Amino acid sequence: MNWIVNNLPQVWQLTLQHLATSLPPIALSFVISVPIGWAANRFRWSRGFLLTVFALLYAVPSLPLFFVLPALIGTGLRDSVNVVIALTLYGVALMARSTADGLESVDPDIQLSATAMGFSGWTRFWRVELPLAGPVLLAGIRVVAVSTISLTTVGAVLGIPSLGILFTDGFQRGIVAEILTGIVVVIAIALLVDALLVQIGRLLMPWGRADATASTGRLDRRARRAAAA
Amino acid sequence: MIEFVNVSKRFPDGTVAVEDFSLVMPSRKTTVLVGSSGSGKTTLLRMINRMVDPSSGRIEIDGEDTSSLEPVALRRRIGYVMQNSGLLPHFKVIDNVATVPVLNGVPRKQAREQALTLLDTVGLDRSLADRYPSQLSGGQQQRVGVARGLAANPNILLMDEPFGAVDPIVRAELQVELIRLQRELDKTVVFVTHDIDEAFLLGDQVVILETGGRVAQVGSPTEILSDPANDFVANFIGAEKGKRALSIRKTPRGEILVDTEGRAAGVLVPGPDGSPA
Repeated sequence: MNWIVNNLPQVWQLTLQHLATSLPPIALSFVISVPIGWAANRFRWSRGFLLTVFALLYAVPSLPLFFVLPALIGTGLRDSVNVVIALTLYGVALMARSTADGLESVDPDIQLSATAMGFSGWTRFWRVELPLAGPVLLAGIRVVAVSTISLTTVGAVLGIPSLGILFTDGFQRGIVAEILTGIVVVIAIALLVDALLVQIGRLLMPWGRADATASTGRLDRRARRAAAA
Repeated sequence: MIEFVNVSKRFPDGTVAVEDFSLVMPSRKTTVLVGSSGSGKTTLLRMINRMVDPSSGRIEIDGEDTSSLEPVALRRRIGYVMQNSGLLPHFKVIDNVATVPVLNGVPRKQAREQALTLLDTVGLDRSLADRYPSQLSGGQQQRVGVARGLAANPNILLMDEPFGAVDPIVRAELQVELIRLQRELDKTVVFVTHDIDEAFLLGDQVVILETGGRVAQVGSPTEILSDPANDFVANFIGAEKGKRALSIRKTPRGEILVDTEGRAAGVLVPGPDGSPA
């Protein structure tokens, strides 16, 4: 406990840096996966092809990637941009499939109905298909968020500041409390961001809650049906 | 007026849904397309708003060839009501009804006000406006579907088995409601069903379809019932059996009508024009 109290400012500083490095990849992988998910479902051949290609990104080991990226894009070895890009690639690897699955899960009857109303393809995608894919997108981005927040620590091996520094430093100097602090704070951030995403989901998809209350009981439903007419 | 001229539809997999179909659907009347599955009735309906394009032939609305019209714009001026309501689950009832006006550029506030009036028109309480479709009963959802179909005040209303998924009691109510609405609003309604009773109840003009969109008979319910064109039609409308085949049985107190099972179906009285029964 002493160690934490004495190093609180440093832990706080690293926490902020950790967030600054891990939040952009989460947002970016969500945004980038939207067109990929759309394209995957657009043509018969594209789904298997695109999703396999992007899933393979996940097979690239992270440490070598941190070395290769600077060479490819001309950043410094210790630039946190490398981590942001690498983690975005991993995020897309997971999220592209979720997005494709989510868009595919939208009831074809609803799409047909939207077309019959006079939605153009573009409007229908943004106003109907993407929102209705929401629950699957949310499930996907929650996995991406937790995995990204955890993976961000790897950058510490190269000296890129994040809570991972507590691991490398703790190992080198044999301070167990420092390592434990790192683990606990990373988990805490992951839980916090996850809870935040669930809240955002609730706000953006109020009809989901309506659905949940609608299925509270058969009796309730029957009563409503009787009252219907 | 909607006119089909020698319309055929072959799907890419080779099935012929409709072959050489010609028909005039008069303005401000209800035309019912009735047939079993595979009769091409839904395909015919969807060709009117270009959800399906014909392989050959043409469809005219008030003399205008629909193939020359932009599909999205065309759909926005034709009401569409489908089975299972087809409501957007993530839009509140009020926004579902306001969908098409909003797409047409009507300010949202104004569209919502109009939508409230439409809820009245279809007999729904305004308190349902802020609910989501999943919080409504099947019958209520279907009414919202009708309100949405009417929202842009279209001349044409397409209805694809709109009451097919609700229970018989609610269906009967919705049918009566539609007859009332049609009396008030005077739309050109094209209604698709596989239920011949529904067709006779709602249709000014009933089109009985065989497989491949072949027209077995076109006429008013009275014309079809009194003079079925062939065995297929007679069989389809059940003219020789069940509750349509009524016979007169004399009783001491007057004449009653009985069905083929011998059950009483009604009493014989003089016709409304005073002619003897």
